[in-house]
Amino acid sequence: MFFQLFWTYLKIGTFTLGGGYAMLPLIQREVVDRKGWIDEEEFLNMIALAQAAPGLIAVNSAIFIGWRVGGWKGVCGAVLGAVLPSFCIILAIAMVFSEWKELPAVEAAFKGIRPAVVALIAAPLVKMAKTAKISWLTALIPISAALLIWLGHVNPVWIIIATVVLTLVTIYLRERTTRNS
Amino acid sequence: MLYLQLFISFFKIGLFGFGGGLAILSLIQMEVEQHGWMSQQEFVDIVAVSQVTPGPIGINCATYVGYTATGSVWGSVLTTFAIVLPSLIIMLAVCKAYFWLNRRFQGNPYFEQTLRMLRFTVIGLIAAAALMLIKPANFIDSTSWIIFAAVAFFTVLPNLYQNKVTKIISHPILLIIIAGIAGYCIYG
Repeated sequence: MFFQLFWTYLKIGTFTLGGGYAMLPLIQREVVDRKGWIDEEEFLNMIALAQAAPGLIAVNSAIFIGWRVGGWKGVCGAVLGAVLPSFCIILAIAMVFSEWKELPAVEAAFKGIRPAVVALIAAPLVKMAKTAKISWLTALIPISAALLIWLGHVNPVWIIIATVVLTLVTIYLRERTTRNS
Repeated sequence: MLYLQLFISFFKIGLFGFGGGLAILSLIQMEVEQHGWMSQQEFVDIVAVSQVTPGPIGINCATYVGYTATGSVWGSVLTTFAIVLPSLIIMLAVCKAYFWLNRRFQGNPYFEQTLRMLRFTVIGLIAAAALMLIKPANFIDSTSWIIFAAVAFFTVLPNLYQNKVTKIISHPILLIIIAGIAGYCIYG
């Protein structure tokens, strides 16, 4: 089981470009359709849990499926398989990158790439705001969060903790007032 | 000491990284900047490399910082392990309590409302990551802004006109390659 999960995730990890979300359809095809390790419904529950829990979605899903399919050995196999390809590739790049960067051609290319990367980070915000069904009032949350981090240099960790605490307190108070009235 | 600091930083990133790849960027940025492990420019470069190589951005950044900060492969092993460890602890707890959790948390207003609010916060975190990168080091002249506008335009385009052409054009790998070629032609 260790090797089967390791191999499956190694394949998925090697051939998905563009981060965790891009991995999900491939995981579904391998794990649900081809291997039949878990069924469709459990897979959808798994995605919900992997997204709700902190951490990387690809890793979270590897842990869940590894555990359901093969216990501890399954977890080790799936996580190693998911992490190893990017680990090796980036390590190799890190080892040579500082020398490559000195090359005029590479430096020129990166001058063009840097603003493109900032755009690639910023542009999906439009779609995310739409999917989250953001209103003028709820837009205050991301706007104040962004300003606090950007101008106030507040660590995002505090913003996340504040979101959780404020939400829980608000619901608690609201429930208490409705119960009292 | 350096190894301990790296471990704590990446453990924190793994523990508070809600909402996937892009949302985790502002956390990583804050940590590496505070400790001086990476310059803003290096950070953008590694995000670019992450977009065109396989695997989650969080793992890519962890591996890269681990190596460059320590100069050793073990630094990479440590940071990658540190970012995965919170996931391991939390997800295994989730798996063990799967049926109990499903019954207890589905439709629970505290749980669902918190997730909804976190989704809004995450949008702010991603916006902050982008805003923090708008600096002279990354935007060297007016051409940079043209590249920025063009890439943003093509990325948003499939939301307005959904067809095969806009879908291919909006692919981040293609856009990065084109931006690289443009950079080479303009600045090279």
